[in-house]
Amino acid sequence: MAKTLFEKIWDKHVVKQIDGGPSVLYIDKHFIHEVTSPQAFKGIEKRGLSVFRPDQVVATADHNVPTLNQHLPIKDELSRLQVQQLIENCKKHNIELYGLGHPFQGIVHVIGPELGITQPGMTIVCGDSHTSTHGAFGAIAFGIGTSEVEMVFASQCLMQSNPKLMRINIEGELNKGVVSKDIILYIISKISASGATGYFVEYAGSAIRSLSMEARMTICNMSIEMGARGGMIAPDEITFSYIKGRQFAPSGEQWEKKIADWKELYSDAEAKFNEEIHINASAIEPMITYGTNPGLGIAINGLVPVAESIPDEGERNNIMKALQYMGLESGKSLLGMPVQHVFIGSCTNSRIEDLRMVASLIKGRKKHDQVQVMIVPGSQQVSKQVQAEGLDKVFREAGFEIRQAGCSACLGMNEDKIPAGEYCISTSNRNFEGRQGAGARTLLASPLTAAAAAITGVVTDVRELI
Amino acid sequence: MNKVTTIQSRFVPVTMENIDTDQIIPARFLKATTRDGFGKNLFRDWRYANDDEQQPKADFILNKPEFSGEILVAGKNFGCGSSREHAAWAIKDYGFAAVVSSFFADIFKNNALNNGLLPVTVSESFLQQIFAQPNTTTITIDLAAQTITIDATGQQESFEINSYKKTCLLNGYDDIDYLISMKQEIEIFEKELA
Repeated sequence: MAKTLFEKIWDKHVVKQIDGGPSVLYIDKHFIHEVTSPQAFKGIEKRGLSVFRPDQVVATADHNVPTLNQHLPIKDELSRLQVQQLIENCKKHNIELYGLGHPFQGIVHVIGPELGITQPGMTIVCGDSHTSTHGAFGAIAFGIGTSEVEMVFASQCLMQSNPKLMRINIEGELNKGVVSKDIILYIISKISASGATGYFVEYAGSAIRSLSMEARMTICNMSIEMGARGGMIAPDEITFSYIKGRQFAPSGEQWEKKIADWKELYSDAEAKFNEEIHINASAIEPMITYGTNPGLGIAINGLVPVAESIPDEGERNNIMKALQYMGLESGKSLLGMPVQHVFIGSCTNSRIEDLRMVASLIKGRKKHDQVQVMIVPGSQQVSKQVQAEGLDKVFREAGFEIRQAGCSACLGMNEDKIPAGEYCISTSNRNFEGRQGAGARTLLASPLTAAAAAITGVVTDVRELI
Repeated sequence: MNKVTTIQSRFVPVTMENIDTDQIIPARFLKATTRDGFGKNLFRDWRYANDDEQQPKADFILNKPEFSGEILVAGKNFGCGSSREHAAWAIKDYGFAAVVSSFFADIFKNNALNNGLLPVTVSESFLQQIFAQPNTTTITIDLAAQTITIDATGQQESFEINSYKKTCLLNGYDDIDYLISMKQEIEIFEKELA
């Protein structure tokens, strides 16, 4: 029977199908971090259990860590205690921890792939909604809550209902200045912040196949922003060559065997999806969001919708409320609007290719006087690579500040916050009210569009600078 | 986990759509290592001005004493965004037993079910009918019968819940007990997978 990529992996991992209920799904890899794991450790300990398969769990500290002076004790007491708790829990339960000071530390969805832990055909979970990132390798990867973290600790399994399946096909060539972040912001703007709820999404088509692994990760990363449980892309030669030689990648005979298995991971020609969407890549322009959910995006040279003329009452009220929070006007262009902050980082866009992209645009230029620019590499290894390639020099000469690895201003759990009322062009994934700090106003965009604003001090069509 | 059977109560309407988990519980309150006490920070930034408990925003529903009850009723796509289970903990800790909406984000719905907080999905028109009710109206949610009723008008709708989850809620079972009971089968499965 013809199967989708999703079904091939899912079916292989079902331990048991409960009548009229969910499946017991086996989990290959479980990533954990300091924020959503402590209550799960407490939970299994209360039951007198230990972690069932500690070798399949990998931990890092990323969400609330400072991005300056990581060698010093964390100043914020609650953050320090939470990170300390992670250290103790990992030690007690024999879990590998890449904590502060470790050369592999970084944002959980950056380090999994870069260490070769993330591989095609796997089931991968983490107590973080952006776990969908790992789907770029042809894995079933999704975010879970803390009770589910506890279930995986206890049994290496989860109870999961079959999702519906959606395929989004993007065919054709991308326009100048358009990168993978623009593709996903475009998709979400078309199908809305809830348009894929209940679905697992496969991204396909020539525009997707032409992307690097890091660009594919950016797309899968934001699947959750349209409500999808996860997103995935069939693995190919680009995937295999990315994985080869990485720290935990298979090697030798194992490698050959794995490659043979991975080459079977694609949706069969006759496979059925509950929903298929077709997008022409040439229709996509550099994107920016104007509202308070990631679905409220427009082409950089487009106009903010006229809220008052939206027929649906709920949607009209939403957009009016969003525009009020953002301090923006209906029907206007965002081009030329001053911004005070640029944040380049997060599990969406903090990998070496993102930073190379930024460096290539700003080389020989200086940031605008009125803008503060913060670059937060996704991991210690990305930081090292930035230095090895001399990108740090380019950033410093432009007046950009480079920090140490962590989630940082994407969610403002540490000190990296945007002040109330100020605008930040951010390469992160969420523009929710208060996400980057109480009252902060976030405009989501690609690393190129963010870098362009850093130079000009205003919302800019990056195509004018290329 | 607590058992869920029938909930009859007044309701608290939060009519906004796409309420994300950052609004339900902002990230700065996720630093605790226990599950308790999140209720006081539920909808924190909508509830208080300048992050100050002495400055409640009078126009926000939780600050209006005439609205109370165990049932939170919210606009569609409730609980989108982050996977933080703290959102479900905060709603429950505040005193709600059920959340009613026309559409729930997947992870939030799972998190709620795993904590004995009942998510009830109703049609958009039924949701609007609830919003149109005065604050004194009570709503009855009967899990066994899978019905939700506006008591004052008798309007009723049935809601979906998968039979496994329903059994768990009615009896106070959680998934973890079941998974632990499956250890042998899981070990056999692992050998076959390898």
